[in-house]
Amino acid sequence: MLPSLVPLLPTENDWITFDIPSLIQNFWSATFDGLTFGAIYALVALGYTLVYGVLNLINFAHSEVFIVGCYAVFFTLSSLGFGPSAPRLDIWAIILNLLLALVLAMVASAVTAFLLERIAYKPLRQRNAPRLVFLITAIGASFTIQYLIYLWRGPSPELALTMFRPTPIFDVFGTIVDSQQLVIIIAAVIMMVGIDRFISKSRTGRGIRAVAQDPDTATLMGVNKERIIITTFVIGGLLAGAAALFYVMKIPSGVQYSGGFVLGIKAFAAAVLGGIGNVRGALLGGLLLGLIGNYGQILLGNSQWTDVVAFVVLVLVLLLRPEGILGTSLGRSKA
Amino acid sequence: MYRKKVLTSLAAAATFSVLLSACANQAGPGTTESSGSSSKVNIPAISKVDVPAGAVKPAGDGKANCPSTTTLAYAGAETGPNAQLGVNIFNGIQLAIDQHNKANPGCQVQFKKFDTEGDPNKATGPVTQMVSEPDIVGVVGLPFSGESKATGNIFEQKGLVHITPSATNPTLTENGWTTFFRGLGNDAVQGPAAAKFLTGKIGAKKVYLVQDDSDYGIGLGTSTSAGLGSALAGTEKVTTGQKDFSAVISKIMNAKADAVFYAGYYAEGAPFDQQLVSKGFNGTFVGPDGVKDDQFIKQAGDASNNAYFTCPCIPGELITDFASAYKDVSKGAEPGTYSIEGYDAATVLLSGIDAGKQSRADLLAWVKAYDKDGLSKHYKWDAKGELQAPTVYGYKVDNGKIVPIGPIGE
Repeated sequence: MLPSLVPLLPTENDWITFDIPSLIQNFWSATFDGLTFGAIYALVALGYTLVYGVLNLINFAHSEVFIVGCYAVFFTLSSLGFGPSAPRLDIWAIILNLLLALVLAMVASAVTAFLLERIAYKPLRQRNAPRLVFLITAIGASFTIQYLIYLWRGPSPELALTMFRPTPIFDVFGTIVDSQQLVIIIAAVIMMVGIDRFISKSRTGRGIRAVAQDPDTATLMGVNKERIIITTFVIGGLLAGAAALFYVMKIPSGVQYSGGFVLGIKAFAAAVLGGIGNVRGALLGGLLLGLIGNYGQILLGNSQWTDVVAFVVLVLVLLLRPEGILGTSLGRSKA
Repeated sequence: MYRKKVLTSLAAAATFSVLLSACANQAGPGTTESSGSSSKVNIPAISKVDVPAGAVKPAGDGKANCPSTTTLAYAGAETGPNAQLGVNIFNGIQLAIDQHNKANPGCQVQFKKFDTEGDPNKATGPVTQMVSEPDIVGVVGLPFSGESKATGNIFEQKGLVHITPSATNPTLTENGWTTFFRGLGNDAVQGPAAAKFLTGKIGAKKVYLVQDDSDYGIGLGTSTSAGLGSALAGTEKVTTGQKDFSAVISKIMNAKADAVFYAGYYAEGAPFDQQLVSKGFNGTFVGPDGVKDDQFIKQAGDASNNAYFTCPCIPGELITDFASAYKDVSKGAEPGTYSIEGYDAATVLLSGIDAGKQSRADLLAWVKAYDKDGLSKHYKWDAKGELQAPTVYGYKVDNGKIVPIGPIGE
């Protein structure tokens, strides 16, 4: 063997090894953490899926809608005295503070989504631009917002925010489920169920589905298409803002100008995995992607594998089911 | 109507989540406090270090002469995620040059800084620019191991002497470079000392080793794990820029480790410790020189109370003259990690300039033959550019400050 080739060959220590005992040992903690991440992905994925369903547009700038929410959380909480140390406030003060942060983050993200639609997409729609132009605009808008934040806040992440010290709530097979995981998963699932019902039952939801199915006919039937589009963007923004609070709760030091990018890609992948345009698909895809990534990184023994495993599984699923797991589009989802 | 319902349910979800979190918080501080204090080993702080009596000072005899273009330079992080480690160093250099220039009206040495952001991929540009400036006769830097590895050849080609005040990867001196000098002990010394500190003074039975993906982290991780032997409960890798450590932390918790050694820099070390404590880890966190900075405490908050550090650096803040003079340069900040090493390295070069060694070749020969005390230790390099018998110090976090606890690993 040529000596120069030797470093390229896999060696025992730094190539792929399957650490099955470790996966078994950490299975349940990986599951709960994976579900927590999955819930956050799913909330962001809903924004991609709704906009795609209505406009057939992949809104790549949605990750920046999300990161604006993270900054809103950061500024709200740090001005209220939260920092890297655990807060010494009584329960009700913390509840009020977190509620305020949640509301402000949802508003900030919704306003960003609204402005994005008005400034970047509406002019294109009025000129009947080809779909590719929308896509490029979305990517451009994403970078614009990202680097505006960079110019404003610099490259370093913001100081960590500890909202509360998670405490063990109960035990599952010897693994502790803590309050933080429980809060994120339950709140996210309630929100997703709410959105699902909203889309399938409410008048506006019917309008969204009608526009998704056939915009022209929907307009003829008296649906205000422009209003529906704005509503869709705003709902996506509200959910991204909520996801932002949970994200900062889970990753206290995650507020950084580029922090939304990878998360946005993963949320988009979650939407595709579940079937893009499908509200329940986004929920399923998000949770699956969170779980798979977490199992993968423990099995392969390194956090760098999280994204690799998640995306390999995505590709494999799409090979077998190109329309995603649940597949149906927003328009045809059951009423 | 349905919209109202949805809004209500969203609000309900939010309220519920916040309620849950708050309940959790109520129980939080009490439990963490009691367990935190009980498991913390009490190692007393030291309040003074011995300074060699005949230590060379930058001022010299005040009679030096040199051309006004004579320049010393610093290459290393001025910005970037670990910028503070660079700031500590160039303030030390700045102080040495200020003291020298004040005492020597006939020799005003210029000081230039080149920013690498501490990133090996970005370091080659500024260093190439630096070596091509003929006025620069000596360099203090580069601070980090990865960037030092990436740029050593550039210095070598131009015969420009450089003393690193902080890069500790042992393999750096095995490249055959003749212009590279290390102004402190390397990780072949720090790793075993850290291992001894963990199993000895800290009394850890199960140590979990976490290393980052830098040359520094990998090298230090390897030398530490060798020293830990059977006390090593497991090893885990993290990535530069990583923000979420939950998978690593659940492995540490499941392994029931009572101490964690983190081989890397504070940019990842601080959020890691913060999340570790948040997840209920009650053991000790030990970090090396790359983590030992006030930024670690600032970014990890009260979680940093469980932290100890190892460092082949001496506590400059305990040398009163140095500390007070340093504050004038740093706008009031105390000397940080490697401030004094930066000061000493600059002093070695300045004393050469004062002795008339004002070309690159002369200054290189001067450093090679150097054999005198500095403020922090004795400086005499072997043929590879390593110092002899360097000391590793231990530090701990006490009331939000880093305080020295004396030499370790002996």
